Amino acid sequence: MVEHGRKMINLNADVAIIGGGPAGLAAAISAHENGAKNVIVLDRNSWLGGILPQCIHDGFGVEETGTSMTGPEYAEMYIKAARKKGINFMNETMVLQFDKNRKIIAVNKKGLHEIKAKSIVLAMGCREKTRWNIMIPGDRPSGIYTAGVAQAFINLYNIMVGKNVVILGSGDVGLIMARRLKFEGANVLGVVEILPYASGLPRNVVQCLDDYDIPLYLNHTVTYVKGKERLESVTIAQVDEKMNIIPGTEREIKCDTLLLSLGLIPENELSKNVKIELDDLTGGPIINQSFETSLSGVFACGNCLQVYDTVDTLSMDAKVAGENAAKKSVKQNKFINVKAGKGIRYVVPQRINEPGKIHFTLRVEKPCESPTLHVISDGIELLKKKLPWANPANTVEFDIDISAEVVKYKDLEVILDD
Amino acid sequence: MKNFHVAIIGGGVIGSAIAWELSKYKVNTVVFEMGSDVASGMTKANSGVIHSGINSATDSLKARFCVEGNKMLQSLSKQLGFPLKMVGKYVIAKNEEETKELERLIKIGEDNEVPGLEIKDGSEVKRKEPNVPCYKALWVPTAGIMQPYEFTIALAENAAINNVNFLLETKVKNIQKKGDNFLIKTNKGEFQSQIIVNAAGLNCGEIVSMLEEPDFNVYPCRGEYLVLDKNYSNLINSMIYPVPPKELGVLGVHITPTIEGNILLGPSAEFIDDAEEKRTTKEMMKTLFNEAKEIIPTLPEKAVINAYSGIRCKLASPKEGGWADYRIEESKQTPGLINLLGIESPGLTGAPAIAKEITRMISKSIELKTKTDFKTRKIIKKRFAEMTAKEQSDLIKKDERYGRIVCRCEHITEAEIIQALSNPIGAQTLSSVKYRCRAGMGRCQGGFCTQHIVRIMEEQFKIDVNKMKLKSPDSNLFDGRTR
Ligand SMILES: Cc1cc2nc3c(=O)[nH]c(=O)nc-3n(C[C@H](O)[C@H](O)[C@H](O)COP(=O)(O)OP(=O)(O)OC[C@H]3O[C@@H](n4cnc5c(N)ncnc54)[C@H](O)[C@@H]3O)c2cc1C
Ligand SMILES: Cc1cc2nc3c(=O)[nH]c(=O)nc-3n(C[C@H](O)[C@H](O)[C@H](O)COP(=O)(O)OP(=O)(O)OC[C@H]3O[C@@H](n4cnc5c(N)ncnc54)[C@H](O)[C@@H]3O)c2cc1C
Repeated sequence: MVEHGRKMINLNADVAIIGGGPAGLAAAISAHENGAKNVIVLDRNSWLGGILPQCIHDGFGVEETGTSMTGPEYAEMYIKAARKKGINFMNETMVLQFDKNRKIIAVNKKGLHEIKAKSIVLAMGCREKTRWNIMIPGDRPSGIYTAGVAQAFINLYNIMVGKNVVILGSGDVGLIMARRLKFEGANVLGVVEILPYASGLPRNVVQCLDDYDIPLYLNHTVTYVKGKERLESVTIAQVDEKMNIIPGTEREIKCDTLLLSLGLIPENELSKNVKIELDDLTGGPIINQSFETSLSGVFACGNCLQVYDTVDTLSMDAKVAGENAAKKSVKQNKFINVKAGKGIRYVVPQRINEPGKIHFTLRVEKPCESPTLHVISDGIELLKKKLPWANPANTVEFDIDISAEVVKYKDLEVILDD
Repeated sequence: MKNFHVAIIGGGVIGSAIAWELSKYKVNTVVFEMGSDVASGMTKANSGVIHSGINSATDSLKARFCVEGNKMLQSLSKQLGFPLKMVGKYVIAKNEEETKELERLIKIGEDNEVPGLEIKDGSEVKRKEPNVPCYKALWVPTAGIMQPYEFTIALAENAAINNVNFLLETKVKNIQKKGDNFLIKTNKGEFQSQIIVNAAGLNCGEIVSMLEEPDFNVYPCRGEYLVLDKNYSNLINSMIYPVPPKELGVLGVHITPTIEGNILLGPSAEFIDDAEEKRTTKEMMKTLFNEAKEIIPTLPEKAVINAYSGIRCKLASPKEGGWADYRIEESKQTPGLINLLGIESPGLTGAPAIAKEITRMISKSIELKTKTDFKTRKIIKKRFAEMTAKEQSDLIKKDERYGRIVCRCEHITEAEIIQALSNPIGAQTLSSVKYRCRAGMGRCQGGFCTQHIVRIMEEQFKIDVNKMKLKSPDSNLFDGRTR
C-alpha cells in the first residue's frame, strides 16, 4: 500500500467485486478460476454472505447441490471456497463511488482507499420497499418494520419486534417471517395481499402459512394505520380487479406490529452515479449476454441485477459474470435489443452483441395455464415453447442459439400467448 | 424539591429560543418537555419557511416578530451552525383578478418594511421557473427555508451547554401559585419557580387553566403534506405560492423546496376536534397532489415518497375566519405567568425575536446579569459525506469510527451516530438520532441502519432494548428478547 498526497490508500485489482453476498462470492471464485489473480471483494458489513446469515431457515442450495442448507450454511460453503483460493476480502468497507475508468473510492477504519480495477463486478444486492413506496396513510407510530429488518432483529440480535402481528405483502421474506414469528410465540393475525395470488413461492405459502393456520387475505390491502405512539391497529379492505378499495369492506384489526413484505428494489445508487443504463422493469443495470453493463468492464450479478427467486440460480449466473469479468470485455458498440413483449414483465439479458448459445431469464406479467412462449426476430420465430404454467413469482429460463446473422441487426422480441 | 428562577413549559422552537436567550444570563432556567426530544410538537411538522412578513396585518405581533426574526435568522445560522437558504418565493397569479391580490400583498409588505418586493411578468417567471406557468407573480427575495428541528436542536443544545436544564419526558400536570412562587407538579416530581413561561403550543390553554379560567379557545387545524423524492428537486428553484385563499387565515397549498433537496406539497387546512389527530389521509393526499398540479402541471405522481401532518393552534374559529394575532403577555390575574398563545405561522420565523421580547418581560421581575462564560457551539457540523477526501482521511486517522459507515443512503458514520446520541439534552430515540445526523432519512428509511444504531445504543450507551423508542415516551420499538 502506498500513501500519497491526498492521503488515499492505493490498491490495484484484476477484478474488484462490490458486495460480498452470495453473488459477490460466487463471482469472485469464478473470476479467480478463470485466471484473475488479484481478486478483491469489498463489503460494508463486518461479515460475509450478505443477507444470508439472517436467513436461518433451510431450502438453500437444493437446485445447485442437491442438499438443502440454511442460509448461513450455504454462505459458509462459498466463504470457505473463496478463502482457499486466496481471494482478498475487505470487510467493513463501504464503496462510496467508482468512475468510468473503474477507479473505486472506498472507506474503512484504516482510511480512504483508491482501488484501480481492470474490471468491476456489481453485487450490491437489494433493499426492501417501505411503507412510503405504497403510501399507506394514517399515523406514524413505532411497530412498523420491513420484513427483512424484523428478520435481522430476531435472527441476528435475538430481539423481538412485537406480539400481535399483521403482515402486508406475501413475498417470500414475509411468508418466512410469518412462520418465524409464530415459532417465537407471537400471534400472526394474517398476511394481507393485494393481488389475487400470493407473490412468494407456492411452497412457502404451504409451509409457512397453511401449516400454521395463518390466514392469507388475497385481494386485500392495508388502508390505514393507527397509533399515536406504538401501532394500535391497521385497517384492511378488499379491492376489486382494478385494485380499487371496495367501500364497506374495511375492517380494523388490533395489532402492535405491521411487517411489510412489499418486494425488493435492486440497490444501484453506485451504478446511477456513473450513469450506467438501468432497466426500469428490473430495476437493475441493462446487461448483455456476458453480464456486462453499458459501461465497459463493469459487470452486474445477483439481486442488484434482477431480483432472483432462489439463491441457487443467482449463484450460477454470478459465476458466469465473474468468469467474463476475468476475461477481456467485448466491444460494446454494436448490439441488438431483447424486448419484453406482450405478457412479459422483463427479460434478461436486455442486449446481445455476440452470437452463440444465450441463456435468458424472464418474468411473466400474470399467472396463466399452459401458455406459449415465442421469441421472434424480424418476423421469424427463433423459439416456440409450451410451458405447463407460468407465474410471476417464478422466473422462466431458456437457452437459444443466436446466429451471427441475427446479431447483426435484428432486435428480438419475447412474447407470451395464453 | 428543585427551585428555578424560570420554568419554561414546552421545548418547541419557542421554548428553546427563550431558553437559549436566557442562557446568556445568570438565571436558573428549566425547560419541561413531555416529548422525548425538543421539537416534538408543531415545530417538527411544518413548512420550514422563513417568512418575509407580507402575509400578516401591519402592526400585528405576527408581522413585527416575523420581520425581526427573519433578519436575525441569517446571523444565527452562522453562529449556531444550522443551514438555511434564502431561496425567495413567488406568489403566482393566474389572471388579472388574482393580480389584484398581489398588489394587496405588496402594500402590506411595504407597510411592514419587507424589502425587494416586485411584480414580475409570467414570461420572466418562466425563465427562472420553467415548470411554473403563470400570468404574473410577486417576487419576495427575503423568504427562505430551513429545517425547523435543526434550528430548534441548535438552540436547545446551546442553551443546555450554558446550563439550562432540559427535562424530557416530563409532563407538567398541575401548577399552583404558592406565595411568590409556582409549585409545578410533573410525572417526574415537583419543582418550584418564580416565573412560568407557557410555551406549550397546542396545550397553551390547558396550562393556563391549571391556574385560572382561560379567556380564549384553541382551535386545532390540521395541515397535511406530501414529500417528493430528491430526484425531482430541480422542478423548482424558489418557493411557489398561490394567492392566499380568502378564508381560514392560511396561505394555501404551496410548493416548497427543503434544505435536503426534497420538495414539500401542502399544507391543507382542516379544523379538527382533537389536537392529537396527526394523521395523513388518502383523500387529502389526492387533493394536495391535485392542487399542486395546478401550480406545476407536469408534476409526476411517482415523485411522492412520504406524507406527514402538523397541527396549527388557532385562536380564531373557522367562523371567525381563522385569523387572529398572537397573544404574548403576562397574565393580569396570575403575575409571573407569561403566556404565549396561538403561536401559529410565522412562529418559526418569529421565534428569535419573540425570545428577546420574553427576556425583556422577565427582566422586569428578575435582574438579568450577563454571563461571562457564555459558550457557543456550532451544532450541525459539516457532515463526513460533505468533506473533501483529505478531511475525511484526517478524521479517520484521528478516530477510526469515522471509517465505519452506518447509514448507507446518506453516508453517516458511526462517529456521527455516537455524537448524536451523546447530545447535551439527553435525547436518545431513533428520531433524535435521525434529526441530528440524518441517519435513516434516505431511500431505505432506516432499513439498513436501524439495526446498527440499535446495536450502538445497546453496546455503547447501555440502553435496554425494552426502553428503546422511535420518537416519544410510549413508542417502544421492541418487545423483549426472543425465546
Ligand atoms: C430481507 C431479505 C431476506 C431474504 N430471504 C431469502 C430467503 O430466505 N431465501 C432466498 O433464497 N433468498 C432470500 N432473499 C433474497 C436474497 O437477497 C438472495 O437470495 C441473496 O442473498 C442475494 O444475494 P446478493 O449477493 O445479490 O445480495 P446480498 O446478499 O444482499 O449481498 C449484497 C452485499 O453487498 C454489500 N454492499 C452493497 N452495497 C455496497 C457498497 N456500496 N459497498 C460495500 N458493500 C456493499 C451488502 O452489504 C451485502 O453484503 C432475501 C432478501 C432479503 C433482502
Ligand atoms: C402546518 C403548519 C405549517 C407551518 N409553517 C410555518 C412556516 O413555514 N414558517 C413559520 O415560521 N412557521 C410555520 N408554522 C408555525 C410554527 O410551526 C409554529 O409557530 C412553531 O413551531 C410554534 O412553536 P412552539 O414552540 O410554540 O410549539 P410546539 O413546537 O408545539 O412546542 C410546544 C411543546 O410543548 C410541549 N408541551 C405541551 N404541553 C406540555 C406539558 N403539559 N408539559 C410539558 N410539555 C408540554 C409539547 O410536547 C411541545 O413540544 C407552521 C405551523 C403549522 C402547524
